[in-house]
Amino acid sequence: MLSSLTPHLPVLQVVVPLMAAPLCTLIGNRHLAWTIAFITALAAFVVSALLLGSVLDGSVISYHLGGWAPPWGIEYRIDAANAFVLFIVSLIGVLVLPYARQSIEHEFEASTHTYFYTCYLLCLTGLLGVAATGDAFNVFVFLEISSLATYALVAFGARRDKRALTAAYNYLIMGTIGATFFVIGIGFLYMVTGTLNMADLAVRLAEVGDTRVTRVAFVFILVGMGLKLAMFPLHLWLPNAYNYAPSAVTAFLAATATKVALYVLLRFTFTVFQFDFPVQELTFEYVVMPLALVAMFAASIAAVFQQDVKRLLAYSSIAQVGYMLLGVALLSEAGLTAGIIHLFNHAVTKGALFLAVGCFVYQIGSSRLGDLKGIGKTMPWTTAAFVAGGLSLIGVPLTVGFISKWYLIQASLQTGSLWIAGLIVASSLIAVVYVWRIVEVAYLEPAPEGRANKEAPLAMILPTYALVAASLYFGINSELTSSAASQAATALYSATDLASEGAAQ
Amino acid sequence: MSPELAITLTILLPASATVLLALMDKRPNLREAVSLITAGVLFFIVFGLFETVLDGARPAAHWFDVIPGLSLSFEIEPLGMLFGVVAAGLWIVTALYSIGYMRGNNEANQTRFYICFAIAISAAMGIAFAANMFTLFIFYEVLTLSTYPLVAHKETADARRGARTYLAILITTSIGFQLVAIIWTWVAAGTLDFEIGGILTDKIEPTLLPFLLALYAFGIGKAALMPFHRWLPAAMVAPTPVSALLHAVAVVKAGVFTMLKVGVYIFGIDLLSTTGAADWLMWLAAFSILAASIVAMTKDNLKARLAYSTISQLSYITLGMALATSLGVMGGAMHIAMHAMGKITLFMCAGAIYVATHKTEISDMDGLGRLMPFTYGAFFIGALSIIGLPPLGGAWSKWYLMLGAADTGQIAMMVVFMASSLLNIAYLLPVVARGFFMGNSVPMAHSLGAAAVHAKGMKAIREAPLWCVIPPCLTAFGCVLLFFYAGEIYTLIEPVAFPKGAAPS
Repeated sequence: MLSSLTPHLPVLQVVVPLMAAPLCTLIGNRHLAWTIAFITALAAFVVSALLLGSVLDGSVISYHLGGWAPPWGIEYRIDAANAFVLFIVSLIGVLVLPYARQSIEHEFEASTHTYFYTCYLLCLTGLLGVAATGDAFNVFVFLEISSLATYALVAFGARRDKRALTAAYNYLIMGTIGATFFVIGIGFLYMVTGTLNMADLAVRLAEVGDTRVTRVAFVFILVGMGLKLAMFPLHLWLPNAYNYAPSAVTAFLAATATKVALYVLLRFTFTVFQFDFPVQELTFEYVVMPLALVAMFAASIAAVFQQDVKRLLAYSSIAQVGYMLLGVALLSEAGLTAGIIHLFNHAVTKGALFLAVGCFVYQIGSSRLGDLKGIGKTMPWTTAAFVAGGLSLIGVPLTVGFISKWYLIQASLQTGSLWIAGLIVASSLIAVVYVWRIVEVAYLEPAPEGRANKEAPLAMILPTYALVAASLYFGINSELTSSAASQAATALYSATDLASEGAAQ
Repeated sequence: MSPELAITLTILLPASATVLLALMDKRPNLREAVSLITAGVLFFIVFGLFETVLDGARPAAHWFDVIPGLSLSFEIEPLGMLFGVVAAGLWIVTALYSIGYMRGNNEANQTRFYICFAIAISAAMGIAFAANMFTLFIFYEVLTLSTYPLVAHKETADARRGARTYLAILITTSIGFQLVAIIWTWVAAGTLDFEIGGILTDKIEPTLLPFLLALYAFGIGKAALMPFHRWLPAAMVAPTPVSALLHAVAVVKAGVFTMLKVGVYIFGIDLLSTTGAADWLMWLAAFSILAASIVAMTKDNLKARLAYSTISQLSYITLGMALATSLGVMGGAMHIAMHAMGKITLFMCAGAIYVATHKTEISDMDGLGRLMPFTYGAFFIGALSIIGLPPLGGAWSKWYLMLGAADTGQIAMMVVFMASSLLNIAYLLPVVARGFFMGNSVPMAHSLGAAAVHAKGMKAIREAPLWCVIPPCLTAFGCVLLFFYAGEIYTLIEPVAFPKGAAPS
């Protein structure tokens, strides 16, 4: 019976969480709702693992929704690139849920928990849908599903801190502008090609060539996605949203939402447009790369001066997005591989870090640096997990962060720019400063009188450690991630080749 | 025991001892027993390997690939064997000494101390036996991070500041320069394996070689080449056993050892001598030797003086490599062992003085030699070995370094070595002279009688606890032994220094 489901995996990936989401609210009981959500997320994870396994050899799965052949029907198209993204998103999705169940107990009323799970699953659906689909308008639809769910999820933090509401509102405005820009871009493309299927778009666009409309379309899509993925200086929504959202939400979003947006940008850049459109090359070289470099430094430096660990990590995320964009902007296969591998590695690392911070918040009710004095003695396990994540952020060997740095520096040296390699290491040294500020406070300051030696509950520690373990394991043996990333980069590139072949015919 | 297993054990044994150490937190006697037994077994294994390598074998072990093409693997060659046997041998002595020192001073957090110490030794073994630059770098970073808690051990504001400087400089140089150098080498040569004669011949523009060498030389911050030497004096806030083993032997020797490895196995002595890529390094090392010696003379704090002396002595080894001649390599390699034995003696004596009297400034130490004859005797012998007088080990390494300088016709370098020897006398012997010949004001335990002293409420000064005094006496004796067994080291190093079999006349 299971094998009969195999051909439908691409759509199951999205439909299962979509159907389960309203169930959580309808069923009304938060324990049952959690069980449903967890089973759903687990199923999504299994599906994504199966998908990744079947496309790692470089093959492509094309699924026609409702049996309608593309380009008329909606096509779900899975290759190594988006299978990898699906895998990351659903991995984080399933790991955060057990954690969320515990952490939201402290954060808002039990009566709203079922809504939380609904939003969570909708957000997951949206992110998975964006990654799975091969239809440009479908991307927009799922992007909106995930974004709307995200705004609500952020607003759940209002019980702990009212500022979550303004943060969510801010995010709503910025996110909507981003989505609008994106859909305008798609509109232009539809205008000149008459198609929305991405593979088809690639072929038609090659025929249309480099016109003013395609240029404008590309720039609209770039800016729209730039907002969603927090490309400097379009990142303003991010620090507050991450800071005031419930802990579990922050971890989930930090590890997935920006990554999926980046994937969309890559897909459009490399598959839909071919990156040798002159406007693209110029934009990447003279706009994206400088902005990425600025992000790496400005956001890292901003992180150094934060007083709240959650906020500090949020700024660090902006800097890390800079690394990914930098890899992509090198416009070489090695650079793209580096960007994609960092996408995974950073998801794992930042996920672990935000989960660890969530444990602090759960136990002592604050993530402010001043309140974390001596936390290394009262919560040794959580703090150790945090330090492991921090080391990965710095890029110490035997962590995933190191693998990312290695590939990035290698890619920049291969393109012959020693100065970019220098800037990469220089900015990652700033990470040492902001990570070590926390380490010193946690271990070398005495804990305040009367704080009990009490760890966070096991349900929160275990997911945190699962991600820490992943960030160490893939740092020691990067076989899987590096082959997946290079396969993904090849997939994005070869899609370009396919399109040009199609154009040649 | 197969050599492969033996190599793996040298790294895993100390690392796994940490678990036992942690379990014995509340039982100091058992804990110290674990530490001693581990040290003993480790030395036994390493010595077994030493015999094998002396016979010309090159035992190797391959663990696994971290990044495709880049593996964690080990192969023991003579230089690494020498470093390994020195570090493992002196660990036993230091383990004994730690017991005396840590208990004598009632230090806090002793379990953490022993755990970090064991990790550091494990890392030192990894550095010694690494088969490629990638493996070496990984253990190099582990060594940096595992020694940070040791430097910050006292958790005072001073310790924190010192540890911050320590970490900042070591991480900045290693990630900022060394990592870039390594990736550059990897991109250019396509391999990072250590091979006699180097891997860079014809792989990189000769004009770029000095630049790459600079990235390595400054990137290996542990070699304390000026201007990146500040971490070493800063590390002196650590308890003395740390200063003794790590900051006179394991950490700093890991630095200069890496420097030798880079010179011999990455660049190749021939490449360096034909291109003159290391000329600038020779002059810089010479400057470091003299400048650090002069600074040492101005220091009144005994440990600070020894630290600057170490900076100066480390540059001997860097200079030996930069001479780019076989005799220089021989002298540099020998100096690793000779200086280690001498300097650890001096540090342990400084620690013994501190335990017995709580004095740190040389000007306060007048007359102590008559009260602590064994400690001062050992100090005297260690000092003479550093100065390079026969019949002490230090004589031989200076002999070969001088020969190396003469061999390349660098008269200026010979002058530097001579001047430095004189400076050594000027800053080391006054300590001994003050101890034996100056000052009478200190109450003498044996003349007044212990009871009488206690009655007056004065603290009598006598030798430090037994386990603080025996180890330096052992290593002082070791300095003498090394003079007579230098031939063994020569035989060991010969295949590396003279790969073509061209022994000196």
